Formats: sequence, structure tokens, C-alpha cells
Amino acid sequence: MSDTALRLDGVYKKFRKGELYNSLRDLVPALSRRLIGRRPAPDSLNARSFWALQDVSFELRRGEAFGIIGSNGAGKSTILKLISGIMRPTRGTIQVGGRLSALIEVSAGFHPDLTGRENIYLNGTILGMTRAEIRRRFDAIVAFSELEQFLDTPVKRYSSGMYARLGFSVAVHVEPEILIVDEVLSVGDYLFQQKCMERMTEIMAGDATIIFVSHNLRAVASLCERSLLLDHGRVVQIGPSSETIKTYLTRGHSTRALEPGSDIRVTNVTLGPPGSSRVTFGTDEYMDITVEAKARTRHEDLSVVIQIMDNNQYAVFDTCTQRLGAGPVTLEAGETLTCTFRVQLRLAQGTFHVNAYLHRYVTSHQIDRWMSAATFFIAESPLVRGVANLAPSLVNCEKASPVGPALLDPVGRA
Amino acid sequence: MHATLGRFTAKRDLLYMLTWREIRVKYSQSVMGIMWAILMPAVIVSAGVVVRFGFSTISGKPLEVDDVASVAVRAVPWAFFVATIRFATTSLIANSTLVTKVYLAREVFPVAAMLSQLIDAAVATLVVVILLTVLHVGVSVQLLWLPLLILILVVLTTGLGIVLSALSLFFHDVKYLVEVVLTFAIFFTPVFYEARMFGRWESLLLLNPVAPLLEGIANVVVRHAPPSLPWIGYSALCAVGIFAGSAAIFHALEPYFAESA
Repeated sequence: MSDTALRLDGVYKKFRKGELYNSLRDLVPALSRRLIGRRPAPDSLNARSFWALQDVSFELRRGEAFGIIGSNGAGKSTILKLISGIMRPTRGTIQVGGRLSALIEVSAGFHPDLTGRENIYLNGTILGMTRAEIRRRFDAIVAFSELEQFLDTPVKRYSSGMYARLGFSVAVHVEPEILIVDEVLSVGDYLFQQKCMERMTEIMAGDATIIFVSHNLRAVASLCERSLLLDHGRVVQIGPSSETIKTYLTRGHSTRALEPGSDIRVTNVTLGPPGSSRVTFGTDEYMDITVEAKARTRHEDLSVVIQIMDNNQYAVFDTCTQRLGAGPVTLEAGETLTCTFRVQLRLAQGTFHVNAYLHRYVTSHQIDRWMSAATFFIAESPLVRGVANLAPSLVNCEKASPVGPALLDPVGRA
Repeated sequence: MHATLGRFTAKRDLLYMLTWREIRVKYSQSVMGIMWAILMPAVIVSAGVVVRFGFSTISGKPLEVDDVASVAVRAVPWAFFVATIRFATTSLIANSTLVTKVYLAREVFPVAAMLSQLIDAAVATLVVVILLTVLHVGVSVQLLWLPLLILILVVLTTGLGIVLSALSLFFHDVKYLVEVVLTFAIFFTPVFYEARMFGRWESLLLLNPVAPLLEGIANVVVRHAPPSLPWIGYSALCAVGIFAGSAAIFHALEPYFAESA
């Protein structure tokens, strides 16, 4: 057996925007057009089609865990459907070296009227197991799902969480050589998710290749050595997960919402330690945030607001020129305003985003905003765990011996 | 080699489970349960007996035991044919989540629809056997033709079911067309009557590849006579041709299933 588990070579996939042919009535004119000979070339795009994937190539070693990240509609699920054989690529080749199983829609094979026990067999065969294999792993599947008491209940009476648990339990026992996981870890409660992650690590240890698609970047980072970043069907970057995720976060999250016809806007936001420019910091370091705004017509009573958000979009901190003692700013037409804020990064390890706003002084009316205008990272530090750096120091740590005989507390607990 | 065998076993087990699901789901939560498998052919037999009674009243010939037996024997394969075509046509549409979300050999859906109907037909056959015993129809060596005739019918029906299931994913018209054709097909197929009643038009009627099979089955079971070999050959040729063509069309269309369902 070769060392390659999966190879994609110049894969393209074209989709039609509408239905293929909705009825025979539509087919007849389409067919007659073809017969006359105005058949479009297979590689060309017309107004009714678009490329869902363009020129995607990568190769996975046996036993590797590989992440695919990107915004909604980037083409992640399309790649998985092509790899699993549900669809065929328009151009390019896909070579799969081994038994493949996909954790996509793990409960798709369930029938609501059948019991949990019956559905384990049904779904198992749908996912490619033989009945003998299911019989052998039946107890393990049931134990994993923790649904022993409900095995003889029709699954239509299951809660959606139970439904998903049963589906996942069957799917992770297929024992594939290549496992495709698409966002299924979001099922069940926290403990079940933990269990799924553990099971995936176990499957990986068994020398299986894993392709993992998720918006949970922390899970991607901890599970996959390498990742692929997709954007609108094109490969942006393939490399170590930490670097790919960094690229994704710094380019993907930026959104701007301008008032229509607004003639003043934030034009640039840069980060760096005083006097230079970089985006990775140690805890406690100083960082300068420079915001530039440009007005095309005269604007009075302005203030600049910055806000720092963590990766879950929780506001960590905000401040503004007004609160820091600057008066209302007036910009004449064509003038540029540059403000530099200096903050001390009393934060723990993580990814943070900077939002910049232009406000009306006093009334706080928002004129322009730039969400996630810049992103920075706080490196891991052995001194700081949690969310914030509370600047700890040790005041006291000394032993005391009891004066008399230790009667009540022989251990000497203070 | 081992992997290929494993894949084959997996496919066979999938077919088994899907067929089992069809039957299990059809008869769970129904008061009559498996009795439904008998009801459908029973209705056809009753209707046929009424029609034959009408024929005999008009023509003045008395209604014979053989006529009733003949209708009963034709009703079961005909009910199998109609129900299989109906269920197979919608089998991919009904399983569209599986077609679009999971990779599996898609031909199992129409084939499972056929198998579940075959099991219904087997149950109905038991009832027909009892009826034939009561009517003292008797047995003969001609019964040995029966497995071949049934095999041809199964191949023909499966072939049609496979291609109709694929086409109906792309054109919803197919489903309605099939319904219309099945509703009227009983008039063009010798179920209630016998092809020879049509005199010189008999050959025209037998061009319907199901017709020689029903005639043949009635011949070997009720009349203890061999089937008409040229016509059975014609049916067999049609069955193999339709099956091969259907399989080819199905596999040509399969890559587009997930985009169309």
C-alpha cells in the first residue's frame, strides 16, 4: 500500500444556479438546442452556472489529520461530497486509497418509525458496514450512545440530541481508513462532544486519515497538523493549522457597514508595539492602535472609539478619545485624522479583534464602524492562564509551626 | 480480493436492510398488517371474477372453474408488476436525503422496492395456492416452467423500475406519467381476460412484454400446457434488453443524482 491516502488533482466543480430541467416542457427546447449544435463547451460558464471549486489540489498521507476551514459557501462541503463520491468533479481527478466513511448527516439513514435498535442496523448498513460487523460492535455502539433504556423506542420519540447521539455512535464505529467529519461535533451536550473528540483521537491513533471540516477553529487547531483555507472555491493556503487559521482570521472577519452616502470613514487601522508593526504579542506588552479617518466634507464634533473583542465576539475592552480627555474633533473637507491609542495587553493567550468606530461627540451617534479591522494574537505564557492577566505577585508563602502541641489539626492546616 | 468481497457483502446487507425496512414500515402501525399483501391481489381477483361473469352472461357460455383460477393466477404477478413500478419510480425521490448526503450504491433503492413487493407477492401466492387446491386445479410437470417465467418478469420489472427511478429524479413528469399508464395498463394486459379472446388481434396484445408472461403462467398452472415459446422468447429478449438499457442509463445519470434530487 502506498503512503498516500487521498489525492486531489486540479479538481473543479461547476454548479447550476437553477434546476437542471424542471419538467419535460423545459427539456424539449433544451434538447432541440443541442441537436442544432449550439452545445456549450463543458468548461465554459454561462449565466446559469458558477464554479463551486476551482483548481483544488492536495495530498494526504496515511494517518494524517487534515482540516478544511473557510467561510460559509467557500466550498468545504462540496469538497467532502466529491471525496465521498456523492458527486463527481467537473474536471480533475480524486484518488481515494482505502475504505472511506463520512460523518456527514449521520442520522440521514434513520427511519422515525423504527426503534433505536433497528435503526442501528439500518444506519450501519447505509454507512457501509456489514450486518456481521454491526452485530460485533453493537454493544460498543450502544454503550457509546448511552441510550440503553431507549433501544426499543421508535426514534421518532427521541429528542433531537438523542437522535444525533445515536447517529454519531453508529458512524464512529464504522472503523474506516479515511474518515470525513463535517461539523458534527456540534451535536449533543458538552460531555458528549468531549467523548466524540476522544473517539476521533482514538480513530486517528489507529492509523486512520481524518478530514475535518469545522467552524470550531480551536478543535481544528488541536486535532489537525495541517489545514486548507478555502475562499469562494479557491485554495488560499495549505499549511500548518496555526498559520492557516491565522490567515483566515486576519482576512475573513473584517466587515464594514457604512451609512449609505456617508462621506467620512475610518480608512486604516494598524497595530504594533510602539514604533513598529507586528500582530503577535506577549502578555503585558504595550500595543499601539492607530486609527485613520478621512472626511470628504466638513464634520464637527467627532470622537474615535476602539473596541477589543475576543474570538467569541465578547467585548473585552473599549475606550474612546472623549473618555481619554481629547475634545471634540472637527475635520475640514479632505482632512485626515490619525489617532494612536496605547494599551497594555493584560490578556491571556488568545485571538483578539479590534473594532474602530467614528462617533458624534456627546450623543454617541455612530457615523462609521469597521468591525474586526485588525486582529492580534497573545502568545501562550506559563504565568497567565484564563482570560486576563491580573498581574499576580506572591505576597506571602511561609510555614508556621504550632506553638503548643497540635491537638485539633495534626496536619497543621492554616 | 478480500476488500471486494467485503464491499459486496456490505451491499447485499444494505439491500437486505432496506427491503426489511420497506416491509417493516409498511406493516407497522397498520391494523391489518401483512394482510394487506393479500388484499391487493384479492381485489384484482374479485374484480376479474365480476368481469368474467359479465363476459359469460353476455356470451351465454357458463363461467368455468378454470376461468376463475386463471384470473387468480394472473392477478398476483400483475399486482407485483404494478406495485413494483409504482414504488420503484418514487424510491429515489423518497430517499433523497440519503441520495444527496451519503454515498452508497443508489441502485439498491429501486431493487429494494422490487424485493419488498416480491415478498408481498409470495404471501399472496400462498393464498392463491390454497384457492387452487379448493378449486381442484391439480399439478403437472408444466409447473417447472414457472420459475423461468417469474425470473423473466422480475428482470423486466426491475429494469423498468431502475430507469424510472432515475428519470423521475430529473423530471417530475415521470411520476405522473407512470400513474396514468399503470391505471390504464390493465386494459391492455390479459389479466381479466385471455389473449386468445381477441382472435386475430391476439399478436398485437402480446407485444406488451408482460402479456406473454401472464398467458404463460396461466397456461402452465391452470391449463397444464406449455407456454408459447416464441412469445416467451420475445418477452425474455425484451426483459434483458430493457434491463441492460436501464442499467446503462441509470449509471450514466448517477453522477448528477445528488445535484438534482
